Amino acid sequence: MSRPTRRQVLHGSAAALAGAVLAAPVAFPGTAAARPVDGHRDSAGAGRTAGHEMPDPFDEIYEGRHIEGWPADDEGSHGGGRRGPGGGAEHRAGPAGPHEGMDFVVRIDNDDLHVMRNADGTWVSLVNHYETFGTPRALARAAVRELKGADLVPVVTG
Amino acid sequence: MAVRKNQADLTATEKRNFVDAVLELKRSGRYDEFISTHNAFIIGDTDEGERTGHRSPSFLPWHRRFLLQFERALQSITPSVTLPYWDWTVDRSPRSSLWADDFLGGDGRSGDGRVTSGPFAFSGGKWPMNVRVDGRTFLRRSLGTGVRELPTRAEVDRVLAMSVYDAAPWNSSSDSFRNHLEGWRGPNLHNRVHVWVGGQMTTGASPNDPVFWLHHCFIDKLWADWQALHPGSGYLPTGDTPDVIDLHDTMKPWNDVTPADLLDHSAFYTYA
Repeated sequence: MSRPTRRQVLHGSAAALAGAVLAAPVAFPGTAAARPVDGHRDSAGAGRTAGHEMPDPFDEIYEGRHIEGWPADDEGSHGGGRRGPGGGAEHRAGPAGPHEGMDFVVRIDNDDLHVMRNADGTWVSLVNHYETFGTPRALARAAVRELKGADLVPVVTG
Repeated sequence: MAVRKNQADLTATEKRNFVDAVLELKRSGRYDEFISTHNAFIIGDTDEGERTGHRSPSFLPWHRRFLLQFERALQSITPSVTLPYWDWTVDRSPRSSLWADDFLGGDGRSGDGRVTSGPFAFSGGKWPMNVRVDGRTFLRRSLGTGVRELPTRAEVDRVLAMSVYDAAPWNSSSDSFRNHLEGWRGPNLHNRVHVWVGGQMTTGASPNDPVFWLHHCFIDKLWADWQALHPGSGYLPTGDTPDVIDLHDTMKPWNDVTPADLLDHSAFYTYA
């Protein structure tokens, strides 16, 4: 527990609200960081891969849904810098941006799906959080099957 | 002293009091705060970074404290209510009384997975999905389809036999009692039950389904059972571990309670 991270700020906001009335849920903005330009992809996530190869980008229609994914750009260098209500500052009170802590961006019909890589190189998503998948593409396809046509919504964490 | 009972042993009155208190927390808005907090930790806890609620040693004390907070909220409505636990090694069928209409309601219907009976059915109007990851506003379940079988007693016993509480690297790859109970390694206990129930229980917003509390109450009981089996084994790690909650570190979001404060459940409740 050394230097404060954005993640700690996130948890701090949860703490602040844990005992309060949830009058107005705080949501991630519907917009997300702009897709990185092609030149950024090869180096994305370098240094945070824990020895695992970063999966390749994908872009396909699966069961009628547009699923796509690509390695997350390094934090702070997203084109446009649209990271959340606080503009990405360490001390903002709101929740983290949609790609907080993510190594890989996954979208379904242009909505962000929060994903996370496990230490063994497998992946989980917010939709299927308790089972692991070999690749983000497999995770995105599983989410499509789970959603049965429903849209992802900005996630409330406050 | 509060006594937590097996859900199968609850009287009709105890079931009704529990359900009514849960519905009142929902009506007042307090229930959804628990979902938001859980979801925030699901997103924030990572194997290579700070981790508190999940995939880390503090998975067990964090959920013990989270359940205590929820139980106290229920008791603010009805003082006699305590959390029941669901022993899914015994009550392992969609036909269990757990899923009857006088308690948690049944399986989701085919097609959209909507729960259509019991106190938490969408049609009752008392159980909206306010904190959710997708657009659907009704409680869903799909019992036994994401994975066919719940863990068996033999699988539980195999995990309870592990004598080391947790081990480096203190995350989802650890070879330890905690990680085998959580389910990232081994026969997969806790995680698999979330998948077996299906619906919101597979998501970061899993407390949307009230069975979340009964599932975690049994996980909490298994921690107590493990302690009784291994009186010489303690919580690990005990100090100076980056990103991880050591024995005497305070835990977010409360910041006033440590794993050491929570090791002895009998200070707060006993299991019948």
